[in-house]
Amino acid sequence: MNDTIQQNKLALFTEHLTLSNLAFSSDLKEEALTVLATNDFPTTRQEDWKYTRVGRIASIKAIQNQQNSSISLPEMIDDSMLLFVFENGRFRADLSLSTLPAGIKIKALSSCNSDELSLVGSLVKQENQVFTALNTAFATDGILIHIERNQKISSSIHVLNILSGENTASFTRNLIVCEDFGQAHIVQEYRSQEANSSVTNVITEIFVGANANLTVDKIQHEEQGNFAVLTEQVDQKKDSTFTINTITLDGTLVRNNLNIEVNGSNCESNLNGAYLLKDNQHIDNHTIVDHKVAHCLSNELYKGVIYDKATAVFNGKVFVRKDAQKINAFQSNGNVLMSDDASVNSKPELEIYADDVKCSHGSTTGQLDDEAIFYLRARGLSEKAARNLMVSAFIGDVLEKIENPSVLKMVQSIIQKKHGWEF
Amino acid sequence: MISIKNLHASIDGKEILKGLNLEVKAGEIHAIMGPNGAGKSTLASVLAGREEYEVTEGSVDFDGQDLLELSTEDRAREGLFLAFQYPVEIPGVSNVNFLRTALNEIREYRGQEQISAKDFMALVREKSAIVELDAKLASRSVNEGFSGGEKKRNEIFQMAMLAPKLAILDETDSGLDIDALRIVANGVNTLKSPNNATIVITHYQRLLDYIVPDFVHVLYNGKIVKSGPKELALELEEKGYDWIKAEVDAQ
Repeated sequence: MNDTIQQNKLALFTEHLTLSNLAFSSDLKEEALTVLATNDFPTTRQEDWKYTRVGRIASIKAIQNQQNSSISLPEMIDDSMLLFVFENGRFRADLSLSTLPAGIKIKALSSCNSDELSLVGSLVKQENQVFTALNTAFATDGILIHIERNQKISSSIHVLNILSGENTASFTRNLIVCEDFGQAHIVQEYRSQEANSSVTNVITEIFVGANANLTVDKIQHEEQGNFAVLTEQVDQKKDSTFTINTITLDGTLVRNNLNIEVNGSNCESNLNGAYLLKDNQHIDNHTIVDHKVAHCLSNELYKGVIYDKATAVFNGKVFVRKDAQKINAFQSNGNVLMSDDASVNSKPELEIYADDVKCSHGSTTGQLDDEAIFYLRARGLSEKAARNLMVSAFIGDVLEKIENPSVLKMVQSIIQKKHGWEF
Repeated sequence: MISIKNLHASIDGKEILKGLNLEVKAGEIHAIMGPNGAGKSTLASVLAGREEYEVTEGSVDFDGQDLLELSTEDRAREGLFLAFQYPVEIPGVSNVNFLRTALNEIREYRGQEQISAKDFMALVREKSAIVELDAKLASRSVNEGFSGGEKKRNEIFQMAMLAPKLAILDETDSGLDIDALRIVANGVNTLKSPNNATIVITHYQRLLDYIVPDFVHVLYNGKIVKSGPKELALELEEKGYDWIKAEVDAQ
């Protein structure tokens, strides 16, 4: 009986959605529809969703919004970056760059043929994954970034995703391929403009070739009232370096799934995350680093500051497979609770099947040190300034991992606007 | 400068200060000595505005202001400085960064302009030299990984940067070797002027060989029970506190 009601919710959610006409495999789309027909929205009875309730997403009367908002590009956008804009999962060619530097292909998926999209769906698994299946079935567009072999792209690539309107369901599918010895820096920004009760659903499949070096800065600041479920699925080949900085600064409910499969030896994987929550916000970061082969390094540092009645979830898994010897894997999650009503569910997990590895994980949750605040006040700082200074020092650990100065400036300006302090 | 009258203060309902009187004028150095548990650190805490302490009676006039009515930060902005007995480590917050914020908040309070980055750095160089504090330490996280001596020198460095009217040194000599003691004392003496005053709280006479006080007070059982010239410190060193305790208890 219960199942029927739940299934009705998913059926209701998809009732007014149009199937994807992107040129990737129809088998994949059919599989997605099967998943949707045989599953419900996840409930907190499922381990992966234990602390995150998606009921508010399920009750959206979802439409794929066709509107083109008049968008004033924010002053914080760096002119030297290659800018590509999507609104509600549709490409805004009018706001995007049309000429590209050599050595790189960037296209909207809607203009790609099936050969160009042959890699879509090869990394993510759909089985029992409702949000993945929704994305596969209803994706309207997304970006293909293909860095050719030996190419170092000196300009950063800025992919700006804008959510607008009421009850919008935005399904964006991205494919990033960085071939062997390639190098690039990509900013994935998620913001909203006059959006309410809308949901962003994004899947980005990322292929990092041998000896390639790819950095992604993911900056999320869709306004409260909106929801987001985003997945990055990464495949790393030998000798490659992949770095992702996930900075979550706004949104009513945000779920990030970051999954990295390290399939080659001598790889480095850096996962940094910072989240600042207030009011009733809920931010959930699920990460998996799967070390399948030997001689690799992964560094994971997630830190959060939680104000008011907000809740944060961190679930980080590191697998070290049987033959993956000489792995160095470090994982750390730290949280500062700024009010008595703020809460965190932190679950760092290590599963090690090899016997010659160096791994550590840890999680701390606490409040600001009252004695330190008194010390700063005794030097003339107001209590607010003292708290801000300490919070910015705490989260600054993660933010300083952002190497690009324009991105850092953008993050600073968002924090200044939303929380009234600088770092 | 500061006039403390009949000060009573308690913590968790237990009275620690029981009618303390003290008058400090500009240009003076006062030493407050006394046995453990006499209330020395309580006095420092109450003056700095630590909220766990409750003032139940008495008054403190600081340069014409009712000190007890001011918040901790406003006391600092009015020119009161407490050198902590146990300076706090604050990971991630850089010493110079926080001092610039402090200095600018103090300036704003006094209606002065913000200090320029150039002037600020010049000030850091000048003042860190006074306490022989390595410029690298000045820019590290506040007290993090500092030795005991470095922490105390950092306190005096901060005092030099903020140029207070009244500095209270709470057992600044505790845990210092003789070289660090000399450097800290030298810093305090360098900063002395006819316009400021210092209260040195200490358990040992040793510091007073370097910082020569104009007056020595003995704090016992929450009150100042004896005051005298600097020679009183020597007498205390020689005879201990028992004779004073006996004197007071006999009354």
